[in-house]
Amino acid sequence: MNNNLYNYILGIADNSLILGQRLGELTGHGPSLETDIACTNISLDLFGQVRSYFQYAAKLANDGRTEDDIAMLRKENEYRNVLLVEQPNTNFAYTIGRQFLFDVYHLAFLTELEKSKDLTLSAIAKKCIKEVRYHERFSSDWVKRLGDGTEESNKKMQESIDDLWTYTDELFHQTEADKAMVLEGIGLDITQLKQAYYAKVTDFLEEATLKVPDSKYFQKGGKKGIHAEHMGYILAELQFMQRAYPNMEW
Amino acid sequence: MTTTEQNIDNKLIPILEQVSDPEIPVLSIMDMGVVRSAVIVDGIVKVEITPTYSGCPAMDVIGDDIKTALKNAGYKSVVDLILHPAWTTDWITPRGRKALEDYGIAAPLDAEADKEVLLNGKRIVKCTNCGSQNTRLVSQFGSTACKAQFQCEDCQEPFDYFKCLK
Repeated sequence: MNNNLYNYILGIADNSLILGQRLGELTGHGPSLETDIACTNISLDLFGQVRSYFQYAAKLANDGRTEDDIAMLRKENEYRNVLLVEQPNTNFAYTIGRQFLFDVYHLAFLTELEKSKDLTLSAIAKKCIKEVRYHERFSSDWVKRLGDGTEESNKKMQESIDDLWTYTDELFHQTEADKAMVLEGIGLDITQLKQAYYAKVTDFLEEATLKVPDSKYFQKGGKKGIHAEHMGYILAELQFMQRAYPNMEW
Repeated sequence: MTTTEQNIDNKLIPILEQVSDPEIPVLSIMDMGVVRSAVIVDGIVKVEITPTYSGCPAMDVIGDDIKTALKNAGYKSVVDLILHPAWTTDWITPRGRKALEDYGIAAPLDAEADKEVLLNGKRIVKCTNCGSQNTRLVSQFGSTACKAQFQCEDCQEPFDYFKCLK
């Protein structure tokens, strides 16, 4: 098996898995019915995408592991998601800020992944792009609505962007698997996405009358399996059924 | 790999047309355009379906329903999920679009009009109840992944709009 490819796929999919789980927490708890449904729809899209990635990873592993095993039965330090996606739903502005900062990256990433010479990854990317365009529309719309809304909504949106900004740089950190996949023409060089990302985010934020944070201090670790304190709680919920009732199936 | 043509054995069409989308029961999976191929190889029907949205929970059910329908018609079958080429709303047949409208779901507009509607609030989606175009986007996300929520400003009817997916 190509270990680098396997790890590369997990690196991509884990972001969607953990963000999907975070959004899923809002089921029945969204600030309004429409936003509740929107967040959980996005969650569903992300889980669907994760299934495609993990099915492919399971096929590559070819050792009896299923997509569910990969999703549910790893230890905390084996998840490769960025710290950004594990940040909590502190308030709706945080949910939107986290989503927005990820969606802009996600769309740019998939647009490049579509060109991968690995036909499965390319096909998954093509499928996902169509969905992620809607995600980006939704989150950027809300950034504008809250940023350019009332004094209070502007304050909350600004706080969320200021707090989450520190997790954006990690999106562009290359792992060993990333580097190997670039060499094989399967993966993309994420460092090349950084400039356009910050330019696009800046445009959106300015339109939303928000200040672009100027902090140069960035957090990292998720891609290496070093997660924030949130991660254990997320996994406790995500993995509960499989841990309590091993091998259970729906 | 890049073909968008369907390869479906004529004998199988009437059987597959009996299977409907569990979330939109008036729409057969054939009119939905999710069946990409169905051929008989060595007495076994091989069916390929493609998901509308990645997370669409209807796909597992559709796969089971296809197997059941084929079994009732005396066929053994294998159903595979394929991702490429990705499904687009262009594959919904004219009959499918009509079925959606009759059911109370506005059929997808073309990509440009869809963007105007979902992003710029342009009022052109026709109310499925009274036909007025004086309709308002309530939310880009609706009761299922493929739909957005609208409301008619004239008759006040809330309804779903099937989002354009290109």
